[in-house]
Amino acid sequence: MPGVPVREEPLVRWDWIGRNWPAIQALLADHAVMALVPVAVGLLVALPVGLAGARWRGLYQPTVGVVNVVYSLPSLAVFIVLIPVTGLATRMTVMVPLAFYALAVLIPAVVDGLASVPGHVRQSAVAMGFTPLRRLLRVELPIAVPVVLAGLRVATVSSVSLVSVGALVGRGGLGYLFIDGWQRQFPTPIVVGIALVVLLAAVADTLLVLAQRLLTPWARARGTA
Amino acid sequence: MITFDGVTKRYADGTVAVDDLSLEAPTGEITVLVGPSGCGKTTSLRMINRMIDATEGRVLIDGVDVRTVDPPTLRRGIGYVIQQAGLFPHRKIVDNVATVPHLLGWDRRKARARAMELLERVGLDPGLAGRYPFQLSGGQQQRVGVARALAADPPVLLMDEPFSAVDPVVRASLQEELLRLQAEFTKTIVFVTHDIDEAVKLGDRVAVLRVGGRMAQLADPATLLARPADDFVAEFLGRDRGIRRLSFVSGEGLRLRTDLTAPASAEVSSVRGTAAPWLAVVDADDRPLGWVRVGELPESGTLADVRLAPYGTFVRGRDSLRGALDATLLSPSGNAIAVDDSGRVRGVLTRETLEEALRQAAGGAGGARA
Repeated sequence: MPGVPVREEPLVRWDWIGRNWPAIQALLADHAVMALVPVAVGLLVALPVGLAGARWRGLYQPTVGVVNVVYSLPSLAVFIVLIPVTGLATRMTVMVPLAFYALAVLIPAVVDGLASVPGHVRQSAVAMGFTPLRRLLRVELPIAVPVVLAGLRVATVSSVSLVSVGALVGRGGLGYLFIDGWQRQFPTPIVVGIALVVLLAAVADTLLVLAQRLLTPWARARGTA
Repeated sequence: MITFDGVTKRYADGTVAVDDLSLEAPTGEITVLVGPSGCGKTTSLRMINRMIDATEGRVLIDGVDVRTVDPPTLRRGIGYVIQQAGLFPHRKIVDNVATVPHLLGWDRRKARARAMELLERVGLDPGLAGRYPFQLSGGQQQRVGVARALAADPPVLLMDEPFSAVDPVVRASLQEELLRLQAEFTKTIVFVTHDIDEAVKLGDRVAVLRVGGRMAQLADPATLLARPADDFVAEFLGRDRGIRRLSFVSGEGLRLRTDLTAPASAEVSSVRGTAAPWLAVVDADDRPLGWVRVGELPESGTLADVRLAPYGTFVRGRDSLRGALDATLLSPSGNAIAVDDSGRVRGVLTRETLEEALRQAAGGAGGARA
């Protein structure tokens, strides 16, 4: 950085970034996989569970209760508990809890999304002669998309952020840079780590917003319908 | 024809929504179910397309018990319009209208062409086809709802308070539109409303239901207004029954006087000798200008120079006795000016002639529909 005295440690040492770029890239890729795979798995599980919850409301509250308890557990504690099962410093140890966190956000999103289908729309679909399955696929799920996508954005961003904690059990993607920088009293990796985590979250979020624009042009300016 | 044969709907908690309803909705006519909330009118409607199944009794369409038909198949043959239109927010207008043709497996292009045709039939700009429902006004959405219900040309149309969520002006135009469409398509329509004026305006037959789902009276509107079966029906019909009934008495046969009009170009002196107290002044094109009191004519000049009193008109052959009565009340002369469809004066209806017609109407059993 120009203007900073030579003897003081600068906030960012660009030469360190240059030298370590391949390693940083690998951490970024690892981080992205560990953050996004659990969200994808979470969505796949949340859809049927959410559908069941929307149909049998009695099932919904207990399910959300269980998932919320999981959500309330500190991530670090869950990582540590999982080590004997999934191994130290493995992706699984990080991804399994993150998938549950994603579920905690996505199951209510699916249920709320289906609940956002106006009663008169559902009734008119019945009266037009839709079979139950076709009504679900062609009317109810498409109308639920905006609410589900809103939940997906929350789940994605928080998942990207939570992966870093895995560094404490040896597998945290970019989180490794925080520990490295802290242990060596060397700020550059910390700054790089923060910048890339934020960037990753922002890119993922932007992609979801674009997907929403493409999938639901009808919801862009919701009026009375 | 739709037949309710001793139909009862009883819920598990013992509530009876519809109680032993027997009713026929004749083919090609509008049958209105009207009553206060809780009278089971919507429940009855939904038993026709099996959104609700009857506990006892049978509902038949052209002699076929609806319980013997698989519900989705049954429903694709029955148009359905509900209060908030129930359009699919995620589908463009054209696709909304083409819903049932799609379900019936029509060729995509044929379904779209049919949808475009229907949009025009219900008075919508085809340019709206590519829009989404939220981009349309409430009245436009309701028209789309009607187009969608008609898309596969079902013989039966069920309408559940379709016009009650729009403002009165739009509602009136949608009602006119329905009557126009019905003249064109001649569907068997069952129409549910809580608005007795709407029932009387639209119905060929009106079934008044009371709370608890019992039929109070089934009659054509004129009979209903003239002879309500009991106090409940009379009260539900509300005030001004006598005047409202006149809407159903034709003004066609009213005798008109043609000697009480004078052109504006006429000299005052030429009409001074008229025996009647009032003269209707018309322009060169035979359109009405107003009334002049014969006893207050000035010394000279033409009728164009005289200050004219206001007037009321009714359309000969189209307006009912109610329209004629209204026209007489708009003028200090107490007479009404009868015009034809193009607005030209055909003659004058005097208060005496009208009173005679009103006396006959009150004595008669209903008279013709206007």
